[in-house]
Amino acid sequence: MDLTNEQLIQMYTTMVKIRTFENRVAELFADGKIPGFVHLYVGEEAVATGVCENLTDKDYITSTHRGHGHLIAKGGDIKKMMAELFGKETGYCKGKGGSMHIADLDLGIMGANGIVGGGPPLASGAALACQYMGNDNVAVCFFGDGASNQGTTHEAMNMAACWKLPVVFINENNMYGISCCTTKSMCVPNIADRAAGYDIPGVVVDGNDAVAVWEAAAEGINRARQGKGPSLIECKTYRHRGHFEGDPCTYRDDAELEEWKEKDPIPRLEQKLLEMELLTQSKIEKIKQELQKDLTAAEQFAEESPYPDISGLLEDVYT
Amino acid sequence: MPDMTFAEAIKDAHVVEMERDPNIYIAGEDVGVFGGCFGVTAGLLDQFGEKRVKDTTITESAIVGTAVGAASAGLRPVIELMFVDFIGVALDQLYNQAGKMKYMFGGKAKIPMVMRTACGAGIGAAAQHSQCLEALFMHLPGLKVVMPSTPYDAKGLLIEAIRDDNPVVFLEHKMLYAMEGEVPSGAYTIPFGQADIKRQGKDVTIVATANMVHTALGAAEKLAADGISLEVVDPRTLYPLDGETIFESVKRTHRLVILHEEVKFAGSGAEIAAQVAEEAFDYLDAPILRVAAPFCPVPFSPPLEKAYIPSEQQLIDAVKKVMA
Repeated sequence: MDLTNEQLIQMYTTMVKIRTFENRVAELFADGKIPGFVHLYVGEEAVATGVCENLTDKDYITSTHRGHGHLIAKGGDIKKMMAELFGKETGYCKGKGGSMHIADLDLGIMGANGIVGGGPPLASGAALACQYMGNDNVAVCFFGDGASNQGTTHEAMNMAACWKLPVVFINENNMYGISCCTTKSMCVPNIADRAAGYDIPGVVVDGNDAVAVWEAAAEGINRARQGKGPSLIECKTYRHRGHFEGDPCTYRDDAELEEWKEKDPIPRLEQKLLEMELLTQSKIEKIKQELQKDLTAAEQFAEESPYPDISGLLEDVYT
Repeated sequence: MPDMTFAEAIKDAHVVEMERDPNIYIAGEDVGVFGGCFGVTAGLLDQFGEKRVKDTTITESAIVGTAVGAASAGLRPVIELMFVDFIGVALDQLYNQAGKMKYMFGGKAKIPMVMRTACGAGIGAAAQHSQCLEALFMHLPGLKVVMPSTPYDAKGLLIEAIRDDNPVVFLEHKMLYAMEGEVPSGAYTIPFGQADIKRQGKDVTIVATANMVHTALGAAEKLAADGISLEVVDPRTLYPLDGETIFESVKRTHRLVILHEEVKFAGSGAEIAAQVAEEAFDYLDAPILRVAAPFCPVPFSPPLEKAYIPSEQQLIDAVKKVMA
């Protein structure tokens, strides 16, 4: 393991940042402050965090409808994120995108995506650009178990393998595509098994173990940087909340949820860092207080920001 | 000016632009070794190498989608969708991703890509390789839609498309590929949103696209003998659409017939007719008529296919009706 102590603390901080952000979004959504609908990343924080700890601002990611965690882990600004969720002018997309379309191209964030399976071809395309330009940047494609069955995912992986593109496909298998369990949607035990069809590495990793995710991602990403082509990493995880806020979750039972809460990635890393004496209770409190302060500021920024002016309705359709 | 075929003019646009900008690459099914299904990209692999002329898997979503991703990361892809009918398996990447990214992201994305594709009936390719679908693309904000009718226009419009920072759908009617015409060497551009009056006339305005422009010109020649003067307007780009040139023509002729190969129902002509009704109704001396394909898939059998494609005689009949 090559993670430095600083990186471990950073990863812990990022995971708590995602968790507090998402929990607050759930409350704000319930209060009617956030229009539309939101898909929260609670429970899956180790995946985005472990992967993005290997990336620089010049690397690309494509995200999903459940994108807040990816954006935060890639360095996204929670003020602009929150303002976007509120539909405000100061949001990442000037209020034109919302939760499912937040992007920050300066950070290589090619957007959350409202289409399941929309991202894989885009990630392969960004990787093609990296290869074409001859730099050692990479693209990472986050996609869910639902997207793993989309034709676009297969097409993008096969093309990436044929062209040895510097892309890493990170599957977040949270066991449910909306309500459809993977027991009904796939006939192999692991999504990573499908890597054999492209002759690329396929790795299964405990998606609730941030360090394990980091290690698996580091290998795939380094491989991609060295021009050795794509890989597929399946992170087994679980979403604590429904597919969307308001989802009654009638398709899964409470016992299953409780079982996965026992494997919550945040207490697990916290415990590890306490044991390693990298963290103390007071340091944890301090981290949480700092994050809470930033989150409150982000919420206030979103609250106080104006809605977009109607005059901008037709702007930004064309360059 | 050298004579070139429509296909050669399109290839020449690629060459001129690829020599100018190393970030332009071509990708598509059989565009490299095979030279393109209609031979448009023949020789480009030898000239520019595999990095810049990419044969792809037969996976339209990945062809379009990788282009969108590469364009948003700084390249300028020119991709070939072998037949426009194949957009059905790739449409999400074009309209939900490429077409909406800039707007969804609050203006920050730039997707400079061109999707060239062959359309149209006339070679017995049957229902899944023959349709015209321009109205489909016109309906999708974020895309530009180009439909040239001559070798000269094809080259100038394609260079403009490659230099445009938006996703552009470039529709090539396959019956035009062998058509010859004068084409200047080197780079020149034709701005989008500028219709071209292919023949001046005073009695009836004909708005026609792609190879239907030539059907209209043939009808104009015949009707001239009868003392009827047609003005043939070629929009060249359907989005942006040069309404002004069409309105001005109608204000002079007071009659409008729209001719296109797509099905008549909800075709591009419906939009043009509606705009003329909104902007120039008072100048019209007769109802607007449309001559277009019937509402059915393109049939295979030669006599059926011939009956499907709008004919010169159908246009002449429509002209006589508005003149009556």
